[in-house]
Amino acid sequence: MGSAIQTINASGQTDLGQMQPTSEPDAPLRKAKRASGFIGLLRQNRKASVGAVIIVFFLILAIFGPYIVPYDATKIVGRRHEAPSMDHWFGTDGSGKDVFSQTVVGARLSIATGLIVGGIVTIVGIIIGMSAGYFRGKVDDILSTLTNVMLIIPGLPLLIVLAAFLPAGFWSIVFVLSVTGWAYGARVLRSQTMALREKDFVASAVVAGESKPRIILREVLPNMMSIVVAGLFGAVNYAIGAQAGLEFLGLGNPSNISWGTNLYWAQNNGALLLGAWWTLIPSGLCIALVAFGFSMINYAIDEVTNPRLRSQRQTASILKGQPGRIRSSRATPVIRDESEKRG
Amino acid sequence: MSYIFRRLFFYLIAAWASITFNFFLPRMMPGDPGVALLAKLRGQGDVRPEAIQAMMKAYGVSDDPLIIQYVDYLKNMFRGELGISTSWFPAPVTQVIGTGFIWTVLLMSTAVILSFGIGSLLGVIGAWKRGSWMDNVTPPVFVFLGSLPYFWIAPLLLFAFAFHYNWFPARHAYNTDLSPGFYWDFFASVAFHMVLPVISLLIVSIGGWLLGMRNTMITVLSEDYVTMAEAKGLGSREVMFRYGARNAMLPTLTSFGMSLGFLLSGSLFTEMIFAYPGMGYLLINSVRNLDYPLMQGLFLMITLAVLLANLIVDLLYVRLDPRIREG
Repeated sequence: MGSAIQTINASGQTDLGQMQPTSEPDAPLRKAKRASGFIGLLRQNRKASVGAVIIVFFLILAIFGPYIVPYDATKIVGRRHEAPSMDHWFGTDGSGKDVFSQTVVGARLSIATGLIVGGIVTIVGIIIGMSAGYFRGKVDDILSTLTNVMLIIPGLPLLIVLAAFLPAGFWSIVFVLSVTGWAYGARVLRSQTMALREKDFVASAVVAGESKPRIILREVLPNMMSIVVAGLFGAVNYAIGAQAGLEFLGLGNPSNISWGTNLYWAQNNGALLLGAWWTLIPSGLCIALVAFGFSMINYAIDEVTNPRLRSQRQTASILKGQPGRIRSSRATPVIRDESEKRG
Repeated sequence: MSYIFRRLFFYLIAAWASITFNFFLPRMMPGDPGVALLAKLRGQGDVRPEAIQAMMKAYGVSDDPLIIQYVDYLKNMFRGELGISTSWFPAPVTQVIGTGFIWTVLLMSTAVILSFGIGSLLGVIGAWKRGSWMDNVTPPVFVFLGSLPYFWIAPLLLFAFAFHYNWFPARHAYNTDLSPGFYWDFFASVAFHMVLPVISLLIVSIGGWLLGMRNTMITVLSEDYVTMAEAKGLGSREVMFRYGARNAMLPTLTSFGMSLGFLLSGSLFTEMIFAYPGMGYLLINSVRNLDYPLMQGLFLMITLAVLLANLIVDLLYVRLDPRIREG
């Protein structure tokens, strides 16, 4: 058992050591199978689990937040700019509202915008990117020029100008963010579609007489799900940040409560000049944490789909059961399971 | 050569698209911003009738068919006629933009070059020493910093280092007691005022370069020619920079052009938060004052500047990668 063989069980630990006395030769094989899928690899990844924990926490906050806060976030419940205390955990803002309640309640609107825009942007990206990549020729020329133009026009100035002309409100922001956000995903999906459409399984689907939309959606799309999911998370991230940015600039509806408007009011009430840092920290930190969570999951997806990026440490821990030290090298770590070795 | 022509053609299309977008924006939007604008302009008092006429044309308050309005609009664009700013009345939009242009270019180029340089260097070193403490610490730290919302980290820096500790100036691009000119004190003051804005931009932008460079570098380092270079016994610094980094640089350079747009977006917030008198500061103020001509003029100028910067990157790319010239 000195060679580089390993088995990974579903909980993500390497347990070659304990496995050795097993009399059934099939047991390690079955275990390896179970974890070998995309999700299985993600579950072993520490970055992915950190990201997932953060995201789930904020999703719960967004759903139940308004029912668990100590104060009504829209009511004046204290003096202005009160420092954090037992009564007001995060202090009060420039008009005497409870910052903790505002932060918790704000999660809902910010995350809702993120998810709605992320969904729209991903669907538009799939339609445009995959049509361009699959049909090629004229369709591709037009669609990818459109995509590239959208990519090169600086996003935030475009957002600001659009938002300035539209009436301030939730759906205006959703509209503006969707219009400006789809291009990046479309470009990535286009090149991936181009690569996949050359594969044999697409050719066989064409010969079998499947319709084009069916080939695109049922044959090609499932094979690039990891890119779509990564794109979705990226888009949600973009939307949460950009929405907060627009609201911070005063282009949202300031009477809504979201992380962006919290920051807007903090800036407008001169919180920093008065030293009231507690009005600014929580909402910003929440945005940062959500963004960090999604980025972590995306880096994990990257690592799982591109084995070269797996760190040395991870390789080492996978091979832990093996006697002798693994020589440090820059070669791509390869994971083999027992069946491969025997065959 | 055909590559450059194709790119040039693309930038022309992009420029045309943004001009056309600018034309249709006030015409498509609810609430007829053109009429409101004219009312505001007339309220300013003494306006030349030709100016009013031009504004009516630009904002679609006209009985002409759309196509004639469009042609007139394009003609005005080519003459550099962007209208009159209502908030800086009676200054023409071009003149107002001129005051901000140089500051934005200065701030942006400093931040981009520093962030590209530092980020790439950290990425190269991280990839070279896979699994070292530096490779384990720098990427997550900078990824976390990069996911901080810019408009949050910048006010905190401002609060800490300009108000609380009073180390750096809180606003403007230079000490207003000095008159702008080519002398040492003025340059020193400009550099001093740039420190906080640039640092704030670096904090959020280094991570992207670092990861991009690290990932391409890792791929490059597993190439045979790198092994060969090591086998020949070349010094590790030479292998790292002349064999590794040099080749890993090309893909990151393409994203360099695109990231200019992102960085420019960041600089809008920078300029607003640090009251830095560039184009972003003007844009935010024009939005607050509903100064539509200035807003649209700025949008157009910013877009054209980004297009130009991308064109320069493309030219540079052809210079660096001979394969492009044939393809």
